[in-house]
Amino acid sequence: MRGAARLLVATLGLALAAALTRAIGELPAERPSQAVDLRPQVVAHLDQTGVSHPVTAVLLDYRGYDTLLEVAVLALALIALLVLAGARDARLCAPAGSPLLVSLARGLVPVVVLTGGYLLWAGAHRPGGAFQAAAVLAAGAVLLQLAGLMPAWASPGRWLRLGLMLGFGVFLGVAYGLLGRGALLDYPPQWAGALILLIETGLTLSLGLTLAGLFLFLTERRGRP
Amino acid sequence: MSTGLVFAHAGAVLFVLGLAGGLVLGHLLRRILALNVMGSGAFLVLVGLAQSDGQPDPVPQAMVLTGIVVAVAATALALGLARAFHARTGRTRLDGGEE
Amino acid sequence: MPELLDGLLAAALLGSAWASLATRDLTRAVVMFIVFGLLMALAWARLQAPDIAIAEAAIGAGLTGALLLDALGALGLRRGAAPRDEGGPRGEP
Repeated sequence: MRGAARLLVATLGLALAAALTRAIGELPAERPSQAVDLRPQVVAHLDQTGVSHPVTAVLLDYRGYDTLLEVAVLALALIALLVLAGARDARLCAPAGSPLLVSLARGLVPVVVLTGGYLLWAGAHRPGGAFQAAAVLAAGAVLLQLAGLMPAWASPGRWLRLGLMLGFGVFLGVAYGLLGRGALLDYPPQWAGALILLIETGLTLSLGLTLAGLFLFLTERRGRP
Repeated sequence: MSTGLVFAHAGAVLFVLGLAGGLVLGHLLRRILALNVMGSGAFLVLVGLAQSDGQPDPVPQAMVLTGIVVAVAATALALGLARAFHARTGRTRLDGGEE
Repeated sequence: MPELLDGLLAAALLGSAWASLATRDLTRAVVMFIVFGLLMALAWARLQAPDIAIAEAAIGAGLTGALLLDALGALGLRRGAAPRDEGGPRGEP
């Protein structure tokens, strides 16, 4: 019975894979003239966005609406995780990491923080930005926890809650403040660069804490017998 | 074949691989892995097809960037659910069978 | 030459994804998934998407890997640890 189900899934899967790859292979090499190509539009309006890196312009200006909701989704995921984890011991002691791991973490984490700051700043004009900076910072926090230099998190205190929600709050505040201009997140061109940097700074902090929290709130209570 | 098309093909196969894995495999951790493989395949198709002419396209790239961050949040939530399920029932599969 | 590199990278992506889903040992499956994440970062670099490559390297390989390995320990399936539940995967002591 189980073998038959597996065989059925394998057969259907092979058929689907063959159909999908064939469909991709049969696409015309040249884009049809009526096809939507957003690249020229992205480039044409780049000077009004306040940033010169197209990916950052798409993320925080053209499609800022999507990014705003994405940050909300992340916050929701973290809240759901906190509900699941339930009440935990207020003080969770971290395990003592191996000496090699501890010295690696001590040496690496300052570089990680520097890299995060660089990525945040670089996002305006070259590859980088809030998401990458937050991911790198969160990875640094995980490294600290694994090395035993930082305890896992229990239920968040006041400051941690504030930090977790700051980015979303700043983003929402900017969006609310600009509602008078008609469209959501339609920045005035002369302020666009500064506003995007403000939002990205808040996002880096909050997303870094959120991504680190996904690990730190979930990880086992180590150090307990 | 351009780089975009190569990875679009690979993405389509990865998507199907993850889909079939999610259907066949019973262990919760394995299903979460399958879901992630499926997501990565979809991301590759999205960017690869848009760049079939070899020029980078920032719009799908930005979408995939947000997608990756949402995927890790979904993975963490799924792992949290699997751990809560395991803590309450001692099981690691929904159907109760052996892997 | 670039075509060869793309083809090899695509094949390695499929191989590591297959290995992470098909291998019996769960620890090996998670490690293969981390390998898959790193290969994805390379694929994004080949697709001229450095932004995604940075995020994938930090998230796909780093954070997700840490989350999965941690969950492996919590589910009592880490190699060497005594399995907490009776329904451990075949091939485990």
